[in-house]
Amino acid sequence: MRIRAQIGMVLNLDKCIGCHTCSVTCKNVWTSRDGVEYAWFNNVETKPGLGYPHDWENQKRWNGGWERTKSGKLQPKQGAKWRILANIFANPSLPEIDDYYEPFDFDYDHLKSAPEMQAFPTARPRSKITGERMEKITAGPNWEELLGGEFSKRSEDYNFEGIQKEIYGQYENTFMMYLPRLCEHCLNPTCAASCPSGAIYKREEDGIVLIDQEKCRGWRMCVSGCPYKKVYYNWSTGKSEKCTFCYPRIESGNPTVCSETCVGRIRYLGVMLYDADAIEQAANTENEKDLYQAQLDIFLDPNDPEVQKQAIADGVPASWVEAAKNSPVWKMAMDWKVAFPLHPEYRTLPMVWYIPPLSPIQNAAEAGQIGHDGEMPDVRSLRIPVRYLANMLTAGDEAPVVSALERMLAMRAYMRSKTIDGVINTGVAERVGLSPAMIEDMYKIMALANYEDRFVIPTTHREVVEEAYDLRGGCGFTDGNGCSGGISEASLFGGGKKKTMTLPSEAF
Amino acid sequence: MHNFLFGVYPYIALTVLIVGSIARYERDPFTWKSSSSQLLRRKQLIAGSILFHVGVLTIFAGHLVGLLTPIALFDALGISHGAKQILAVAAGGIAGIMALSGGAMLLHRRLTDPRIRATSSFADTGILVILLAQLVLGVSTIFVSLQHLDGHEMTKFMAWAQGIFTLQSDAASHITDVAWIFKIHLVLGLTIFVLFPFTRLVHMLSVPVRFLWRPGYQVVRSRRQTPLPPRRATAPRPSRSNLTKPAE
Repeated sequence: MRIRAQIGMVLNLDKCIGCHTCSVTCKNVWTSRDGVEYAWFNNVETKPGLGYPHDWENQKRWNGGWERTKSGKLQPKQGAKWRILANIFANPSLPEIDDYYEPFDFDYDHLKSAPEMQAFPTARPRSKITGERMEKITAGPNWEELLGGEFSKRSEDYNFEGIQKEIYGQYENTFMMYLPRLCEHCLNPTCAASCPSGAIYKREEDGIVLIDQEKCRGWRMCVSGCPYKKVYYNWSTGKSEKCTFCYPRIESGNPTVCSETCVGRIRYLGVMLYDADAIEQAANTENEKDLYQAQLDIFLDPNDPEVQKQAIADGVPASWVEAAKNSPVWKMAMDWKVAFPLHPEYRTLPMVWYIPPLSPIQNAAEAGQIGHDGEMPDVRSLRIPVRYLANMLTAGDEAPVVSALERMLAMRAYMRSKTIDGVINTGVAERVGLSPAMIEDMYKIMALANYEDRFVIPTTHREVVEEAYDLRGGCGFTDGNGCSGGISEASLFGGGKKKTMTLPSEAF
Repeated sequence: MHNFLFGVYPYIALTVLIVGSIARYERDPFTWKSSSSQLLRRKQLIAGSILFHVGVLTIFAGHLVGLLTPIALFDALGISHGAKQILAVAAGGIAGIMALSGGAMLLHRRLTDPRIRATSSFADTGILVILLAQLVLGVSTIFVSLQHLDGHEMTKFMAWAQGIFTLQSDAASHITDVAWIFKIHLVLGLTIFVLFPFTRLVHMLSVPVRFLWRPGYQVVRSRRQTPLPPRRATAPRPSRSNLTKPAE
């Protein structure tokens, strides 16, 4: 056993209002540059829909993630190492930019510089790649917003697997949910495994997956390797880029930009302790439906004194072990079992988890019942089919999703009877396997969601690895080669070399 | 002039190649990349790129082995100069046609596709044109070679190339009387060496063969300055004692 710590994230889809504030703030901070206009480290999709990039969940088409071979070996779905190298001249699984969308801007200047005309001047679109006029925009970062487009197209959604989907095209039966997506910072990242240069790495201290921009050679195997399509090739710099989990903020104990700015307060950040030696075995679980449980088994209880002792021995700082005890991610994923990984069947062991959304009840008469006696409706009568959520979050296993939805309904019923009727309804809590104290805690974290409860982020102990004096007057975070002092210790053209940054080294 | 082009220029070219590549790798690693444009346009790239790369790499390996293997070694192995030339003409011809057709597709794509043209640098287009010109010259020399199949002409180039690498001052004199098309081919080839560090060609030097024997699939990096105790020193977890090797 070797214990490592990771900052995990949970998104409570039950509270997401699809406002895209996370996407826009992320865009402004990270991808408002040449070459990544089309890239959204964070995007919000309306489901059901094909998403961004087009049809990303269809791994038969994109070959992302891992597969378990017939002989029981775990390897990237796009092939073993020799296979990946054989595709290096042309990657057959790489999306084209049109699978995302051709980035565009508008001729805003025309609005004020146009001569006097009969018609009102308009701002027409122009491509950000070629600079040429675009007559018609045919795709965008959120082309299916609020169920845009025909149902026949949107229903190609992979999550309709095993569902009689036709009836959901009818107006009366239609349903909708939002899915904000970012890099999953997986325990078993396929992007890192696919990178021929070894430029993608997982940080030992906080689990953030990053791309070393100086080591990336643009072989673009990570783009096809990632099943979530969250690695983007910057066509201007020729390097791949991805969500950094706002690591400079995380290091200083601040939440990521998407989490900080979320107006619905749906995002949670907290420490998870896990057994790094158990990763391969868990990812190689035979039955896809067991992958969710296998990932739960990797996580280690921070309240267990044995785990605490071992964690300290394995180099996890004491403040991190302490933070792990208060981790909202631990509570939602492990204590209450209301949060789930996105597509565990990709075998990447993702670390950004989702609480499934409740939805209105199909039958209005049933809806009336809950208000009075606290009796809960059958979650299968909710508008969003349970199977749809299960296909998304548990590889099709409905039982855990049903239990999570029931617990969320129970929390509402319990708190309603407590605050309106003044009755402590322990029955509703027991029916879903929770104690009143747990429900109170759930209410505090999930419903009230105070800032300090949502974000429990210990600072990185940089003082251990860096000499702060050397950083004084140094170059900060820049894009490209700005701060690089070269690779080697010596200076090529004479003179002393001021070492400003300790680059992480590979640890096997 | 002859002595400069074939006696001095090779050393200039090799020096620029080596020093330039080291300086770029050391000072500006961010620019060291393959500059793939597949994301912007897939059309013509799959076939073009594979044909071009396989062809060029075959030719490159052929030149390396063909020019730098000592003549005595061929004689010792009993391979006649004529047979070696026929092998070179056949293999080089096929690889040359592959590279030429692939390169033509790539150049056509680069010049006519609006997305690729808009995002190409001068160096990107320039080096492709030069490589294609070199391929045309190289393939054309086959017609000259076919007129003397005894392989004698070929040994002159071997003597020259090996003379350059063994620092013989009279290396250039070996090829004073060869056909002009060979001479242009040589000068252009040396010029490609000069341009190498300043173009995307550098990605050739970082061909990721290490990937094949990189241990496992995970890459984990740490900023710790004092390494953690070795893995075996930590106690195994009782419930997972049947664990095989870790994934990293």
